[in-house]
Amino acid sequence: MISPMEKLRKTEVYKSIFRHKYEDTPRNRALQIVDNVFLHLHPVRVPRHATNIGYTWGMGGITFLLFLVLTLTGVILMFYYRPTAQYAYEDMKYLMHDVPFGPLIRNMHRWGAHAMVITVMLHMFRVFLTGSYKPPRQFNWVVGVVLLLLTFLLSFSGYLLPWDQLSIWAVTVGTNMARATPLLGHEGPFGPQLGMRPDADVRFVLLGGTQVGPPTLLRFYVGHCIFLPLIATIFMVVHFWRIRKDGGISGPDTGKKNF
Amino acid sequence: MNHLLELVTKPDNIPIVGLLLLVIFYSWLAWTKARKNDSQQLPDEARLDDKVQVWPYLVRVEFLAMLVVLLILVVWSVFINAPLEEPANPALTPNPSKAPWYFLGLQELLVYFDPWIAGVVLPSIIIVGLMIIPYVDINEKGNGYYTFKERKFSILTFCFGFLILWVSLIVLGTFMRGPGWNFFLPWQDWDTHKVVVLNNVDLSEYFGMPSHFPDNSLNIAASAFGFLVIAAFYLSLGGWHYMKYKNSDVVKKLGLGRYALVLGLFLTMMFVVLKILLRLAPPIFGGYPVKYIWVTPWFNV
Repeated sequence: MISPMEKLRKTEVYKSIFRHKYEDTPRNRALQIVDNVFLHLHPVRVPRHATNIGYTWGMGGITFLLFLVLTLTGVILMFYYRPTAQYAYEDMKYLMHDVPFGPLIRNMHRWGAHAMVITVMLHMFRVFLTGSYKPPRQFNWVVGVVLLLLTFLLSFSGYLLPWDQLSIWAVTVGTNMARATPLLGHEGPFGPQLGMRPDADVRFVLLGGTQVGPPTLLRFYVGHCIFLPLIATIFMVVHFWRIRKDGGISGPDTGKKNF
Repeated sequence: MNHLLELVTKPDNIPIVGLLLLVIFYSWLAWTKARKNDSQQLPDEARLDDKVQVWPYLVRVEFLAMLVVLLILVVWSVFINAPLEEPANPALTPNPSKAPWYFLGLQELLVYFDPWIAGVVLPSIIIVGLMIIPYVDINEKGNGYYTFKERKFSILTFCFGFLILWVSLIVLGTFMRGPGWNFFLPWQDWDTHKVVVLNNVDLSEYFGMPSHFPDNSLNIAASAFGFLVIAAFYLSLGGWHYMKYKNSDVVKKLGLGRYALVLGLFLTMMFVVLKILLRLAPPIFGGYPVKYIWVTPWFNV
């Protein structure tokens, strides 16, 4: 008598999805990684210290996980949110009081974003302390700094979207700096001499106006939901790919090949 | 004390409390590992260099970490609501107005520097400075394991920048800056009417040269003096260091260009500290806090 499970494994549909058996052999373990597009991010084997959470702190992976959580919850939030001064705040109230699981989704997005800023900083701290930016990984550190900057920009642009007092004034304080940009801001060194005006300088381009207003909301919304995640994704792809190409997780040079 | 409790449990401040605890924990962890590695022939990481299969030895760790993080995030989100204040009102400025928490270190620097430095130049220098680290740190040791002994300068410099100038200033900006961006100890109530004497003077006034004449025109001598002070800061410290270490292996290997870059960035970090001290220290000795070192018609430093 063969079990239903075994019967299932013999069907054409099952075999077309799962390309290899699951018996515990080194070959099947390797196939488990290389036959899966997501797990294929990993090499088949790693040095033992790479699996030690005390070494990596898991911060890079946690940051990526949080990015995925933020993408998912962010898309759900977009169903309920209109980026206009007229509706934005009302939509937030609706979300927090009437949408089923609305508060949970928004809270996960907000707290996940804060957590991601923290984990990015800790990831960078760990990479520095283990000297993992040293050859051959120099360029991947540069990519990482760009990702740190993009994380700040993503978080900052999202800060404005609730369109409450907290967001508008935090973004006002932040973007007021732009008016002092040397050469390009109307209050920056040599800005006025170069013809910068409150309605014609780098801050005006950023805000779409002379102060944080409805055009700013739309600009930040598009940047937050489309432009910045797209750019961040591209840099993340390079970041992850370079980890593999630069020899996998960093470790002391013991003369063995590391990939 | 109620004020402290209120500050610490304010939903938007919880991440900063978390950051502080995590940074302390991970600094301790890294320090412990570095000390242990430094005391033995081979670092621990080198002992564990035999290969294991990713399935299951790595994937299971990742899976557990994912579960733990998601659990924390969901519990956090179930019990604590993200803040939603009054609708945006451009006519009503809250006091204090604070930037998002991760920029509070830079906002704190606004006390000591004009916005073009604190808000534009210094952040740009930080980003560029971080990017060039791998190309100017030519120490081949300490690649892929925790150590302190083998790279003291780079670790001390980075930790000073990250722990003192970045994290501590964020904590200061969150918990100790109240209305009017005035300083309050964490347990002191935020008094909106706190009056602080503004008696800052420019550095040149210490030497009898006000930076502006009574008719408000610029004193060229004071301006030139300010420029000389800053030039002297960079040239004397930089020059002293170069004279002392120009024949060392590190400086030779770096080459003049990269050496000057590292020195310039390091001295700029020290200059930030110096400017903060010039503002905070004089009142302790009964002097006036320093506002600007160098005043020009176009910008002030």
